[in-house]
Parts: sequence; structure tokens; C-alpha cells
Amino acid sequence: MTSRPATVRVAGGQGFWGDWLEAPYRQVTGGPIDYLMMDYLAEVTMSILQKQKSRDPARGYATDFITQMERILPIIAERGIKVTANAGGVNARGCAMALAEAARQLGLGGKLTIGVVTGDDLLGRLDGLMARGHPLKNLDTGRPLQDVRDRVLSANAYLGAGPVALALQRGAEIVITGRVTDTGLTLGPLMHTFGWAPEAWDRIAAGTVAGHIIECGAQCSGGNCLKNWKRIPDLANVGYPIVEARADGTFDLIKHPGTGGRIDVASVTEQLVYEMGDPREYITPDGVADFTTIQLAQAGRDRVRVSGVKGKPATDKLKVSIAYFYGYKAVGTLVYAWPDALEKAKAADRILRQRLKDLGLEFEAIHTEFLGASATHGPLALKDVDVAAIPEVQLRVGVRARAEKPVDRFTREIAPLILNGPPSVTGFAGGRPKPEEIVAYWPALIDKHMVQSSVELIAA
Amino acid sequence: MKRKLADLAHARSGDKGDTANIGLIALKPQYYSLLVKQVTAARVARHFTGMITGKVERFELPNLHALNFLLHGALDGGGTISLKTDAQGKVFSTALLRMEIEVRK
Repeated sequence: MTSRPATVRVAGGQGFWGDWLEAPYRQVTGGPIDYLMMDYLAEVTMSILQKQKSRDPARGYATDFITQMERILPIIAERGIKVTANAGGVNARGCAMALAEAARQLGLGGKLTIGVVTGDDLLGRLDGLMARGHPLKNLDTGRPLQDVRDRVLSANAYLGAGPVALALQRGAEIVITGRVTDTGLTLGPLMHTFGWAPEAWDRIAAGTVAGHIIECGAQCSGGNCLKNWKRIPDLANVGYPIVEARADGTFDLIKHPGTGGRIDVASVTEQLVYEMGDPREYITPDGVADFTTIQLAQAGRDRVRVSGVKGKPATDKLKVSIAYFYGYKAVGTLVYAWPDALEKAKAADRILRQRLKDLGLEFEAIHTEFLGASATHGPLALKDVDVAAIPEVQLRVGVRARAEKPVDRFTREIAPLILNGPPSVTGFAGGRPKPEEIVAYWPALIDKHMVQSSVELIAA
Repeated sequence: MKRKLADLAHARSGDKGDTANIGLIALKPQYYSLLVKQVTAARVARHFTGMITGKVERFELPNLHALNFLLHGALDGGGTISLKTDAQGKVFSTALLRMEIEVRK
């Protein structure tokens, strides 16, 4: 048996599907790393992928992942860098096959082992699960899934780090998963590298915190950082984060030398509190991390040390992310100029609402915002402002309905306001807004023993 | 004297469904106790009058000199349902920084 390394480096390469295309390449070429971790799946992404798969059984995964991997495959093969990614969506196997084909095209045939983690997809099992007494109640509303069963588009349990670590242990160099938690993609490599037991709750919690910090890419290394934001250097060349972990569960956040951005206690703290619930209970399939035990210290330039993380045993449930068809929405905008920009926009809103009412259109919601005035800070924004002096205001009206017809009619009521409403209006170059289908999210829990993950190896 | 929270803290926010969270972080460790004393859940609920429909919860993270607030019913249904520009509650954090608290000279 080979001895275990003192440290391992896991680099964050993609914070969401659509993140910076340059980041993975920069992470594998900018300095030494052991793992590249890439997160692709937001809650609604699964339903989009499920729709693609229903049209073409070979699809249903994040195709951008293949493009990005084509660029870095020769480098990671040469340097022995391993990859964990939840790019598999609802077709991890198909994603692995596409990657294997890309590897062969690059002359890397026979040199790569791809691990495929599945078992998260519950779409085909929903009726059976419900019949056997798993109501999959909505965590927010308490309603049983039966309410929307006929409109469900995707259903995936969140798997944890376990199967990722298992795939690595069996020799996978690239691990492709479906709905594995963002944090599991970082914790898996640490469990594998250091031989952490699944019940080593403090270590599991530490690896989970590490994963949480880097799962949003540069959002912990200077991106979207409010403290002293004007003095954060060279964001054009921002360095994505790297976890440099030790076997005892402590780790440092760093980035490659020569990159921009900033890693300090402030930038890391901002990411720690991002999307936080009860900080004493950050629940993942792998365990429960207590964020009130995290200690941060500046340990050098662009180096923050994280220690002291305590964890608690995992719960006996898994979270299930279900997407279902909800209805339709559309958003229309117009821009009003000084003088009285806000007053004109408000008048236009009143006229529009009157016309929608007179047409007898029924909406679940009509939502009006005045961008440039109060869209993001509401009434707080206008407290000390000379409203008449505001140079321009964008009127933004959104509607939502279960049926498409009223939403479609709404989209035809915006442009007429240019000629038959309040004056000094422009900004309709984009044309008539389009009604958009709403796919909504239904969070639920399921007993852990009802979900079995599986790991398969594919040779490229 | 009164000071804006923007001078005493930085913040980041995000979403969980129809709930926005705001992590409020003291710019200097010695400011943390001021935040604990004055930026209560009740005060934050009042601050956001008309912008949220549910209650406000507060959690303390003395280790990070931070408070975490959950603002329920803040996002017009949240996620894809929401019609708001800030459907994910990304800038609720800066709206909180407009609050003024009492600071000894």
C-alpha cells in the first residue's frame, strides 16, 4: 500500500453551469493541483436535462463539460490530475461515453478510467415510492407530491461524497455523477486521499465546509466580495480557489500565484454565510457541519487557514429535488426619461394594470418594479432621494398565470404604451417579451435506505 | 451618534426557496457586540416592512463575527416562480446595510 500524502489540493473549476469557460484550464495549468472539482447542477437544471433526454436518449448531461474537458484532457492525463464533476445530470453514463469518445479522438484511448455514479434519479420510481408510503411532502408547504404528480418533470435524490470516494478508490481518474451535492465533489477526494471513515464526523464536516467554500468558484476569492471591493486586484485575471487539505481536517484556501482576486478572512467569510440557514446544522447526506465552530486565520498572502470544524452524525434522510411544470410568466420593460421619470413610469404601470383588468385577464401575480429607483431596495431606496431628479427609470412589469393565454395577451400590451401612454418613453428595441414556461422546484426528503447509489467504471 | 450599518459591517445574501438569507459580518471584531445588541430579528423585520411577508429569524456566529438572518416570504415565491429582478435575493444584503444603529462617539 502506498503511503498517504501530507496534503492534497482540490481546485474549484466551475461554480455553476455557465461559469467562466477559462477557469478549468487556468486551474490545471496555473500551478500544482491534485483534483479539479466542477459543479454544474442548479435545482432547475435537472428538469432541462430531463427534457433533453426525453427527446434524445443520448443527451441529458452538461454538454459544455465535454468541450471543457477536451481542452484540458491532455494536460490532466500528463500531470495525473483527477476530476470530479456532477456534469452527468440525468445521464451520467451518456456523459461518460461522450467523454471517452473525446479522449479517444485526442489519442488518449486506453489511458483513462472514468467512474460513473448513478442511483440518484427517482423519476421512474416515484409512483412505487408513493405507493409504499413515501409521500415526498414539500418541505416548505407540507403538501404531498400527489398534488403535482402529473406535472413532475424530474426527481433526483442528492447523493453525497461516499460514491465519489468509492469511484476514486476503484481507480477512476474522472468521476462523473448525476445529482451529487456540490460539497460531496470536494469531500469525496479528501475521504479517498486520507482514508477518512464515513463516521469521522469532524473530518466529514471539515471537508464539507471546504466544499461549500469553493463550490461557487471565485465567489470566495474576490468575486462578488463587498468588503473593500474597489481594492481587490485584477479581477479580470481572477484566481479560482484551491483547497489545500491535511489529514487532520484542517485546510487552507489558496489560489495560483500570479492570479488576481483576493483570498482573505473577509472573502472567505462572505462565502461561508452565502445561502446559509441555521449555521449549527449545515445538513448534507454525509453529515451535519456546525458552522459556529469554524475558525479562520490569515496564514499568508492569499492564504486563509480553516480549522476547528466540528460535525455531527448524518441524518437518516436524503433531500430530493423535484421539478414540476407550474405555469407561465412574462416580463415587459420600458424606459422613462427625466423629467418626472419615476412618476411617468408609475402612471404607465397604472394604465397597464387598468387595461389588463378591463380585458378580464386573470393572473396569479402582477409584479411591478421601477429599476433605477426602487427595484432592489424597495421603499428603503427612496428615503433620502430627490425623486424628481432621477434621470431615468425602467418600468418592469412581470405577470404569472397557470394558463398561457393571459400571459401571451399581456406581452402585447407593452409596446402600445409607447404611443398611447405617458411621454418620454423608449427602450423597446428587444421587441415583444415572450411567455416563458415556469418549471418550479419541489424540495422533499426520503428515507436514505430507499436510495442506492452505484459506481461503474468505463475505460476510455 | 447614528451610523449606517454599511460603515460597520459587510454582507452577502442568497436564497433558499422563498427565503432570503443575509449574512451580516462585522468589519472589525469589536463591532460584533454592537450588531448583536442592536440588529435584532424584530428590528430587521421592521426595516424590511412591505418587502417581506413572513417572519425574520436570527442566528449568531461569534466565531466569524457574523449574524445570519433568514427573511421568510422575501422572494415572491422564489426560484423560477418569482417575478422579481432579485429573485435569488442576491442584494437584500445591501438593503440591510442602509439600517442605522446607535454608536457611542
